[in-house]
Amino acid sequence: MAATQTKTVTNGTFAHGVHPPEHKEFSEDRPIEVMPSPVKVMLPLLQHVGAPSVPVVKAKDAVAAGDMISKGGAFVSAPLHAPIAGKVLKTAVSTLPNARHVQVVPIKADGEQLEGQALFDDVLGGEWSYEGIAQRDPQEITDAIAAAGIVGLGGAAFPTHVKYTRNDEKPVDTVLINGCECEPFLTPDYRVMLEAPRAVVAGSLLVGRAAGAKTIIIGVENNKPRAVEALREAAAGTGIQIAVLKTKYPQGSEKQLITAVLKRATPLGGLPLDVGVAVSNVGTAAAIARAVLRGKPLTHRVVSVTGAGIREPKNLLVPIGISYRELIDFCGGLKPEAARIVSGGPMMGFAFANLDAPITKGTSGITVLTDADVRKAEETACIRCGRCVDACPMGLVPTKIALAARAKDVDLAQRYHIMGCFECGCCTFTCPASIPLVQLVRTGKAQVIASQRQ
Amino acid sequence: MTEQTIDKATLSETPAPVIHVSPSPHLADQSLTTQRIMLDVVIGLIPVVAMALFVFRLYAVKQLAISIVSCLVAEALFAKMRGRELPLKDCSALVTGIILALSLPGPAPWYVGVIASFVAIGIGKAIFGGIGMNIFNPAMVGRAFVMIAFASALAASGYQDVNSSVDAVTQATPLDTFKQTGAVAPLSALFLGLTNGSLGETSALACLIGGIYLCIRRSASWEIPAGVISAALVLGGIANLADMDSGWTVLHHLFGGSLLFGAFFIATDPCSSPLTPRGKFIFGLGVGGFVMLLRLFSGYPAGVMFAVLLMNSLTPLINRWTIPRPLGAQ
Ligand code: SF4
Ligand code: SF4
Repeated sequence: MAATQTKTVTNGTFAHGVHPPEHKEFSEDRPIEVMPSPVKVMLPLLQHVGAPSVPVVKAKDAVAAGDMISKGGAFVSAPLHAPIAGKVLKTAVSTLPNARHVQVVPIKADGEQLEGQALFDDVLGGEWSYEGIAQRDPQEITDAIAAAGIVGLGGAAFPTHVKYTRNDEKPVDTVLINGCECEPFLTPDYRVMLEAPRAVVAGSLLVGRAAGAKTIIIGVENNKPRAVEALREAAAGTGIQIAVLKTKYPQGSEKQLITAVLKRATPLGGLPLDVGVAVSNVGTAAAIARAVLRGKPLTHRVVSVTGAGIREPKNLLVPIGISYRELIDFCGGLKPEAARIVSGGPMMGFAFANLDAPITKGTSGITVLTDADVRKAEETACIRCGRCVDACPMGLVPTKIALAARAKDVDLAQRYHIMGCFECGCCTFTCPASIPLVQLVRTGKAQVIASQRQ
Repeated sequence: MTEQTIDKATLSETPAPVIHVSPSPHLADQSLTTQRIMLDVVIGLIPVVAMALFVFRLYAVKQLAISIVSCLVAEALFAKMRGRELPLKDCSALVTGIILALSLPGPAPWYVGVIASFVAIGIGKAIFGGIGMNIFNPAMVGRAFVMIAFASALAASGYQDVNSSVDAVTQATPLDTFKQTGAVAPLSALFLGLTNGSLGETSALACLIGGIYLCIRRSASWEIPAGVISAALVLGGIANLADMDSGWTVLHHLFGGSLLFGAFFIATDPCSSPLTPRGKFIFGLGVGGFVMLLRLFSGYPAGVMFAVLLMNSLTPLINRWTIPRPLGAQ
């Protein structure tokens, strides 16, 4: 590695957006705790973007921790691995918080499990050496990422190896590692940056090498100075840059991050790859380091259990496939004023009630909101104030899209670029008439897709 | 929205919370409601109302009382006729009433205010389907109707009552005086508002204080007054240069008449102005431009009203011209 000094870009940002209350105070100072090993996990075959994975075990098989349970069903797919040692049970069906019904492979714990500090050291702790990363074969790195079943841990769950497979037509010159964590309440990425900054840096160097990128930049919002400090120390001498960005929602969205750090505009409907960029979350980077340097698949992740409706907010290292209920119970249970349980953060997360659903690779947190958080004024007429226009980070006119959706006018919706909306929620958050704009945009998108099928 | 009670197993004690499931986002900016925006407008109008009461005394009390009561009654009545719930709590009828009163001359007879209010709420708003559906600024619709129906009460001479005990009302309005005689009112009197005119328009200072409050609270979009003022400065400046010795300077244009009142309180009505920042600025430029044209080339005293109504009618077009370019669009 070139021993250049760590550079810092400061104060980057993007146009529009909103400032929801941050509420990181519930869990930001709680060190990552290791969740006791569960008696059972359920692994959904589809917990990523792409094709479902295909089981390679059958009921009654004995599996060791880390054994493959299912293999990727296509190029854009990801395999699954057993987070615990145990016995495979009969395939079942479960409803995930995003309302999808998916097939799950249950595993009943059996035998000795890795627990406590030993488990933490295996996943995030211990030594992370950067030596030899620059000499590694790029293809081997992507193969290891694919074999470990790594997907984006920030929530999107897009299979990571797809982004870093070299593509001569669209080369990647810059890798952005996303430590913004702009969703209110959530803190898993923050804790990973504080407690395992060297794992994040090692993973960043690995994907930079895999993609053949000249530049690697880790972006963090300026409300996390301790994380910036930790990363700066861990990245000293590696040539990685740290970009400190203004705190604004949705800074952690790919396109807004690329705009803020590199001032490049990703084409509407395009991918970061179109502007020579690949983006991964800091938690994903740590998982990549573990996969490539330690040969371990993605079996655990850090989840925040937070919000005013939970008794003891915590950051937990949990096996994928454990139920939401166990996490909530481990955090002291719900308070009587709990009003809504959200998988993920309050801006883009899914409210759900099936607490027996399993945590997946993309679950970054459980946010329990109270009546006071979700109280909302009654919907009134649009006063055409234009605040939704001022809020939309994509530069859309949400009120017109909503109008088009209500009138089922597909042409009008497309004239207003409905498909450019990524459902960040800024417009609904800000609307003084409490109009469910995002919900209407979703309806409109369904209408557009239906009309294109005909 | 569906509701479901989580079984007690997950709880260490009763009662079990009721869990709501609803689409994201799960947070809303609770400080920001239509009612709050309208309330802000009322707060922003306080300095203007205070100045009107100070300068015009009982004239102001009378017009405000008549218009506010009539607007509220009209709102209730039309809501009832359309079978709607009483929408008074959004405060918009109150705002219409105050603005209407402030745009009338003090000596105008009582029925002018009553009729203007009913037209404002009925034709200006209710027949379009209520708040948010109206194309024109309701107060200005009411004002325009009485302007035509009672032309003499609202013509330049309607502002003046030589026998009045209130000083301001005994004089002709500064703009009219200038038109007729070329005499220029002192700038300080225009700025403070110690001159005759519609109740709310005379004090530039009061309009600036209230208007800046509105813009800081973002309850009015600053782009609109910025547009109005820019147009007035440019056109006023040109007129000023063309006729250097008239003494009626750019600042007289800015502080005289209802330009600032219109810029901050009338043109900024969200329902009847464009959606995008660029559109709002264009709208403001248009309002300011028309006010100046009417002022420079016609003796008509109600330039702001016509300028706002005209630009209201162009708003759908401006919206179409100013669709913003999405991030990353070609
Ligand atoms: S923010 Fe709400 S009220 Fe304002 S224009 Fe948008 S949809 Fe209408
Ligand atoms: S329209 Fe879509 S992208 Fe724009 S603010 Fe609303 S949810 Fe976000």
